[in-house]
Amino acid sequence: MKKTAFLAAALLAGTAIGASAETLRWARAGDSLTLDPHAQNEGPTHTLSHQMYEPLIIRDMTGAFQAALATDWAPKADNPDVWVFNLRQGVTFHDGADFTAEDVVFSINRAKSENSNMKELLNSIVEVRAVDDHTVEFVTDGPNPILPSNLTNLFMMDKGWAEANDSVDVQQVEAGEKTFASSNTNGTGPYKLVSREPDVKTVLTLNEDYWGNDAFPLDVTEIVYTPIQNAATRVAALLSGEVDFIQDVPVQDLNRVAQTDGLVVKTAPQNRVIFFGMNMGADDIENDNVEGKNPLADVRVRRAMSMAINRDAIQQVVMRGQSAPAGMIAPPFVNGWTEEMDSASKTDVDAAKALMEEAGYGDGFSIQLDCPNDRYVNDEAICQAAVGMLAQIGVTVNLDAKPKAQHFPLITNGETDFYMLGWGVPTYDSEYIFNFLVHTRGSDRGSWNGTGYSNPELDEMIVSLSSETDLDKRNATIQAIWDVVQEEQLYIPIHHQVLNWGMAEKVGTEVSPEDDPKFKFFTMN
Amino acid sequence: MLAYIIRRVFQSALVLLVVGLVAFSMFSFVGDPVDNMLGQERTQADIERLRETLGLDQPFVVQYWRFLEQAAQGNFGLSYRQGRPVAEILVERLPATLELAFVSGLMALFGGIALGIFTAIRRRGVSANIIMTASLIGVSLPTFLIGILLIYLFSVELGWLPSFGRGEVTRIGNWTTGFLTTSGLKALILPAITLGLYQMTLIMRLVRTEMLEVLRMDYIRFARARGIREKSVNFRHALKNTLVPVITITGLQLGSIIAFAIITETVFQWPGVGLLFINAIQFVDIPVMAAYLMMISVMFVGINLIVDMLYFAIDPRLRADRTAGGH
Repeated sequence: MKKTAFLAAALLAGTAIGASAETLRWARAGDSLTLDPHAQNEGPTHTLSHQMYEPLIIRDMTGAFQAALATDWAPKADNPDVWVFNLRQGVTFHDGADFTAEDVVFSINRAKSENSNMKELLNSIVEVRAVDDHTVEFVTDGPNPILPSNLTNLFMMDKGWAEANDSVDVQQVEAGEKTFASSNTNGTGPYKLVSREPDVKTVLTLNEDYWGNDAFPLDVTEIVYTPIQNAATRVAALLSGEVDFIQDVPVQDLNRVAQTDGLVVKTAPQNRVIFFGMNMGADDIENDNVEGKNPLADVRVRRAMSMAINRDAIQQVVMRGQSAPAGMIAPPFVNGWTEEMDSASKTDVDAAKALMEEAGYGDGFSIQLDCPNDRYVNDEAICQAAVGMLAQIGVTVNLDAKPKAQHFPLITNGETDFYMLGWGVPTYDSEYIFNFLVHTRGSDRGSWNGTGYSNPELDEMIVSLSSETDLDKRNATIQAIWDVVQEEQLYIPIHHQVLNWGMAEKVGTEVSPEDDPKFKFFTMN
Repeated sequence: MLAYIIRRVFQSALVLLVVGLVAFSMFSFVGDPVDNMLGQERTQADIERLRETLGLDQPFVVQYWRFLEQAAQGNFGLSYRQGRPVAEILVERLPATLELAFVSGLMALFGGIALGIFTAIRRRGVSANIIMTASLIGVSLPTFLIGILLIYLFSVELGWLPSFGRGEVTRIGNWTTGFLTTSGLKALILPAITLGLYQMTLIMRLVRTEMLEVLRMDYIRFARARGIREKSVNFRHALKNTLVPVITITGLQLGSIIAFAIITETVFQWPGVGLLFINAIQFVDIPVMAAYLMMISVMFVGINLIVDMLYFAIDPRLRADRTAGGH
């Protein structure tokens, strides 16, 4: 409770010292949920953690791998089941403790523990062992060629600090416990926590002892982070100069911001694709007017529905140009994406009608479309546009738009026939998409596959990806799986989302496809 | 008297229990918290484990009973979203809402009475008519629009006032206040106007109507005829008699200012309990929603209870019923 007083003093001191310190006032729609780096696997939470904690490997602002706490990594030459990571030397935590191999072992085991939300990313790891102070070996349950992609949000904590502060276990909300690590930090990162009031304000200051002091710009010496939920207020705060940098600029305000003196909008494709899923697995679906059979089970109907969607019109009218029409459900950064597949979606209403006729649905049918209204950019408006487009081929769509908290359980519980979903690929590899969206729904895989699609042969190919070390062979399998997904019209791709960041001219940065600014890369002029 | 009070308290407690029951029966329609609490990589086993430990697999009546059991011991559980005790979060957020409600309440009361008197006395004047027309805006425009318009004008175009937040706050014990710093006071202005505008126009129109009524009374005419100064007639004789209904309305509106600060708090990112509640709904943070709804209903029930008791004290007829047997 002395924190605020301390903060006030710190701020006063800061203004007194003057010009050399560059404060970046940053706003986005949501706040981090917890400071415990392994308790939530969620965007805004990771973004804040990235300023204070570091993983072994990070993605830079373009999405490329960069060495962080590990300097290099490779599978062992004589045993592909073991990855060897060489750790950076001379790194210290904010409290002065040295970063060593035992901290890596501790952090990975912590992230694999029961309460951790990160554990699914580490499923393949059987054992982590310290070879010496600066070398760690990860033993996996078979060769895992993409292990490094699963580690880019996996933060390293200090073993001694966690033990001393009773934070060895990840916070378990349901048990009613509050832990030290969920409101305090001790990382190796470029910024240190000064104060934090959840949902109100978080202040970070530069870590003078950061190992990368000479390697990164580090122009931002203080970060003041305020979540501003209401989009209009967030934009107003940027326009009035109360904040320097905002994420999530609403598309209708882009021009307003871009045309204001001293402000710029930067745009980049986001690692997120928006699409419709169809329940093709059920014998008969709930909310349609066709008795005794499921029109969506017919690939011709699915293809016709995809051909009826005019993606260019959605891009221009609904998204005001802020999207890229998609032909496959993988964002362009992902291994397995091809330009050819991504431009495969063609609008052809006449051909679509003919296909419907051929499938025996010349008179059309009616169906319910479930859509979120607070999750993706203009999600409900996209669905409304699709309703009109599908009506052209005789498919009468009843739109049911709901908040995300009600929408997503419909998909995971298999209670929807026709739904909108967006998917980001944190590992930048197609396997992630297949595991969740294509594999038959089961206990380990297919949890987000609401289509009811099940193809044992394809499942086998998907499972084989996780242990195939021959990258050429692996990529061939990925392509083969995509061929089936495209051929079966498993999903109706709509578009790739575009990210917009609004900022004062003095702020220099690229827009990262994950929507996660890492301020050590920022420049300030 | 005692029997009456006991009966009223008993009724109030019953209302609270019913509010809680209704609230809990609705929570399942808000969505599934488990989906938000676990990342997209979670497995079915994770979902089931969490649902079980949270007791979400139980019928809502059982969940409600558990909540009551815990609440009776002063434990409102842990927020699903923030992972901190709900009571701690509410105590942290309440000062912001109360200060905002206090300032807008004062503004509505004094502004409303002053404008009401003015428009009543000068009811044919140009400025009075302008005020009356403008007051229609206060009654008919939705709060969020007024807020956005104020932000646009005073923050973006003129740059005089902050568009969001509470400014610098000072901590006094468990209370945080924005009254002691310039930035805190500046931050209060726009949200207070937004929140209080509707109440102010309501009070203004009420005062005006009552005042016009009173000014037509014989005793006012006689007062004028006696040559009493206009000021004295208006303020001493007329105003006094218009204030009774105004005070009743103000009392009732106080509760709604606190409860309906939700929209204003969202527009201005005001860190009060209303914003907390909106976040809780979006995340399906059941412990926070439950505690907030209980808090608001305790407040409303409490205000009504006090009003009832005041009536009992003021109105002899209520007592007469009880003591009728004595005649």
